[in-house]
Amino acid sequence: MGWKSEKVRVNILEHELVPRHEVLSAEEVVELLRRLGIRPEQLPWIRASDPVARELGVKPGDIVRIIRKSPVAGESIAYRFVISG
Amino acid sequence: MRGEVAVSEEKVVKGIKFGLLSPELIRKISVTAIVTADVYDEDGLPSEGGIMDPRLGVIEPGQKCVTCGNSIVACPGHFGHLELARPVIHVGFVKHIYDILRATCRHCGRLKIPEEELNRYFDLLKRLEGRWPLLARGLTDYVRRKAMKAMECPHCKSRQFKIKLEKPTSFLEEGPGGSRKLWPTDIRARLERVDNRDLKLMGHDPEFARPEWMVITVLPVPPISVRPSILLETGIRSEDDLTHKLVDIIRTNDRLRESINAGAPEVIIEDLWDLFQYHITTYFDNEVPGVPPAKHRSGRALRTLAQRLRGKEGRFRGNLSGKRVDFSARTVISPDPNLSINEVGVPEEVAKTLTIPERVTPWNIDELRTHVLNGPYRHPGANYVIDPSGRRIDLRYIKDLKAIAENLKPGYIIERHLKDGDVVLFNRQPSLHRMSIMAHIVRILPGRTFRLHLAVCPPYNADFDGDEMNLHVPQSDEARAEARVLLLVQEHILSPRYGGPTIGGIQDYISGAYLLSSKATLLTKEQVSELLAGSGYEGPIPEPVVLSPKVLWSGKQIISLILPPDFNFRGKANMSAGPLRCDDYECFWDSYVVVKRGKLLMGVLDKKTLGSQQPESMLHWITKEYGNSFGRKFMDNAFKMFLRFVEMRGFTMALDDVKPPAKAVEEINAVVEDSKKKVAELIEQYNEGKLEPIPGRTMDESLEIRIMEVLADARDNAGEIATKYLDPFNNVFIMARTGARGNVLNMTQMAALLGQQSVRGERIRRGYDGRTLPHFKPGDVGPEARGFVRNSFVGGLSPIELFFHAAGGREGLVDTAVRTSQSGYMQRRLVNALQDLRVDYDLTVRTPSNSVVQLIYGDDGVDPGKSSYGNAVNIDRIIERVVGWKL
Ligand SMILES: [Mg+2]
Ligand SMILES: [Zn+2]
Ligand SMILES: [Zn+2]
Ligand SMILES: [Zn+2]
Repeated sequence: MGWKSEKVRVNILEHELVPRHEVLSAEEVVELLRRLGIRPEQLPWIRASDPVARELGVKPGDIVRIIRKSPVAGESIAYRFVISG
Repeated sequence: MRGEVAVSEEKVVKGIKFGLLSPELIRKISVTAIVTADVYDEDGLPSEGGIMDPRLGVIEPGQKCVTCGNSIVACPGHFGHLELARPVIHVGFVKHIYDILRATCRHCGRLKIPEEELNRYFDLLKRLEGRWPLLARGLTDYVRRKAMKAMECPHCKSRQFKIKLEKPTSFLEEGPGGSRKLWPTDIRARLERVDNRDLKLMGHDPEFARPEWMVITVLPVPPISVRPSILLETGIRSEDDLTHKLVDIIRTNDRLRESINAGAPEVIIEDLWDLFQYHITTYFDNEVPGVPPAKHRSGRALRTLAQRLRGKEGRFRGNLSGKRVDFSARTVISPDPNLSINEVGVPEEVAKTLTIPERVTPWNIDELRTHVLNGPYRHPGANYVIDPSGRRIDLRYIKDLKAIAENLKPGYIIERHLKDGDVVLFNRQPSLHRMSIMAHIVRILPGRTFRLHLAVCPPYNADFDGDEMNLHVPQSDEARAEARVLLLVQEHILSPRYGGPTIGGIQDYISGAYLLSSKATLLTKEQVSELLAGSGYEGPIPEPVVLSPKVLWSGKQIISLILPPDFNFRGKANMSAGPLRCDDYECFWDSYVVVKRGKLLMGVLDKKTLGSQQPESMLHWITKEYGNSFGRKFMDNAFKMFLRFVEMRGFTMALDDVKPPAKAVEEINAVVEDSKKKVAELIEQYNEGKLEPIPGRTMDESLEIRIMEVLADARDNAGEIATKYLDPFNNVFIMARTGARGNVLNMTQMAALLGQQSVRGERIRRGYDGRTLPHFKPGDVGPEARGFVRNSFVGGLSPIELFFHAAGGREGLVDTAVRTSQSGYMQRRLVNALQDLRVDYDLTVRTPSNSVVQLIYGDDGVDPGKSSYGNAVNIDRIIERVVGWKL
């Protein structure tokens, strides 16, 4: 597990190729699911073992907002439901 | 209509469940046990209890089924069964058997995990099932893998041994006394012991698939209709591959049973058992790795059950999701510039075969009577009449058509011939995008080919070198309406792939538009009349531009007549490049197009303004701003005008158009000689070791790169000389400049020289050891020896040059062949993955189960087909339209 070494360790969230990830608050979750009319698992998924998810410290059941730069829309927003694994 | 409502019990398919057939069920389904290997008796009749037993279903037309009483049409066929003398493994389930054997105890059959742990897993599984199918699978995989590791049963404490799978169907247990073969009987006994709840934890559903059913004791024998025999002309019966295989199975089964009953030595029985396993394995799947395929007498591998289902020609891809439909036609295509782009020309012969069912009403009864009177053999006729009771009258066998016609009443259905104005679907394979199938309006024409307008060639990727296309006739009103509204050619002028027209001018349309819109074109009154008549213009003719000595009109004036009166446009022409480049409307070369209030004020029309697949062109704005219908009419009319003008003026290509004068040839020769000298110098420097290497390259590579540079320059320079001496207004030049056909490089290759031929981006090296052809010395790296063609197509290639040209050309053919197969496979995968996605009303992209794929379609919610080159709106264009002009 080379990356665990203190010297090499980098916060990947700060890398310019990693888009911004945010964890949704409980109110935001309710609002989002109501707006889309879906259950949380009907969103795209992200594994809790995903490097970004690990760095964020999210748990299965959370929902993550990903804000990406988009060539067509300037900024595009996506949501991901954290699953175990 | 008579006040009676048919009430039928409504049943809805909620799902499909797959499972295994249990031996009991197989016996229950079966109508007879198969007891003899004899297929026919001495009289040639099917033997009772044989593989062709009549109880398995009728085969002869006219007979009644002994089992179900139906005739050949209605009898579905009936299964029989064969009791196996010894059980055998089903090849399709070897993996599952292997997994269960390893995960369970060899003694008590329990899953090799402690009881408390099992209870925990089982509770977890119950909670995951349904809502988290993926996680449930993960759990069962984990449990199975964990159980396999245990070397002692936690339940009965008995020792476990390693089990090995000897592909394809043998299992070996490595006990303390060496490894021992597990026979299907042993395996079945173990599988029988496995607990139902343990099976659920391994991901099985014991209610529908007990594991011991994977070891077959009773074989279902499929009905004869599944494996019909063919009667050859010689009168000899030829049996189906499956029948052959079944006969093998029954024979071996008999031998095995006899040996067992006779108390034969174990070895002999085991050999027979293995043979029996082989026959049953290949009966299911004749392409199992490690099993020699069962062969026909001729040496052809048998096509058994799995082969019927699998692959491109299999039941799924070949039949269920496959093609081959009624009400369709296929023939060669040819061009017809006089059609509308919405139309398709259909041969009368085809129209008399394809029919449309039309219901008789008081409003169409007279017309349909004439169809019936014409009968099946005269064109706008009919092939069948269906009376209200559903009886089909075949008009081919009716002598008195008049009686039928007179008898017509509302409620009858006439299957009438295809005729002008009907809507049909037209398709050319490969169907790579939605424009590969479009609806066209039928025009019945003489001849035997389908005719289509040239402007629709680009979306179909069609040409007329022998291409064939398919035509389908929608049979219901709904289908016809959908075709008209959604699929009609005009609805596909703007592409969904990029914001721009897919349909537009090509080749002579572009040459014609250029010539007509050129400043030099002045037309007499007769010519103007002819052009306008051809394009369907009806209206006043404007003031002529020249009054004396003769009244003349400019081509631009005539084109302006068919432009919408409030249309504004400006933009560069295709010509606007190199020395003829203009970036604004003060253009000496007339290569900047300006249309103001429907008047073509300046600039020539060519590929950039009228061509197909040109976004933000004049054609694009016309269709986008005035609608698809107008865009189509504009193309129909304008293109006819351009073609009429090309015919009037004449447009050909002659050898002289690309034959450079003697002076040019001299100059070209000088350039070539000069480069050859330069190459020779480079080679000399290389041999003396004085060549300056290119950084990061070896000496050999540096020499190669330098030589290629010199030779590329030679071709460019020679090309420039040739174009300089050619008449810039000859027809070949016009085609290259306007984008109608060809480019400057093609002209260079015709007039000056072909230049370096290459294979894989390198000069040609392959062939003999150290040389390309025996005409050269080994190690010769000079231009001629490595595929430099110094002659032009007009001048003619030497035999050696022709060989190099062919070598270079072959590469292109090879990678088109490779690319098409690869992109075809990618297409298949993508379509399978994406076909059911939809854009919802809230602009989210969703799956059929309502899961979200994208929050906004394409991040911006823009439909590319309604965009301008990918942007939702083109602001410049809107300002231009409102203000009339942007400063
Ligand atoms: Mg072709
Ligand atoms: Zn990386
Ligand atoms: Zn039957
Ligand atoms: Zn045990």
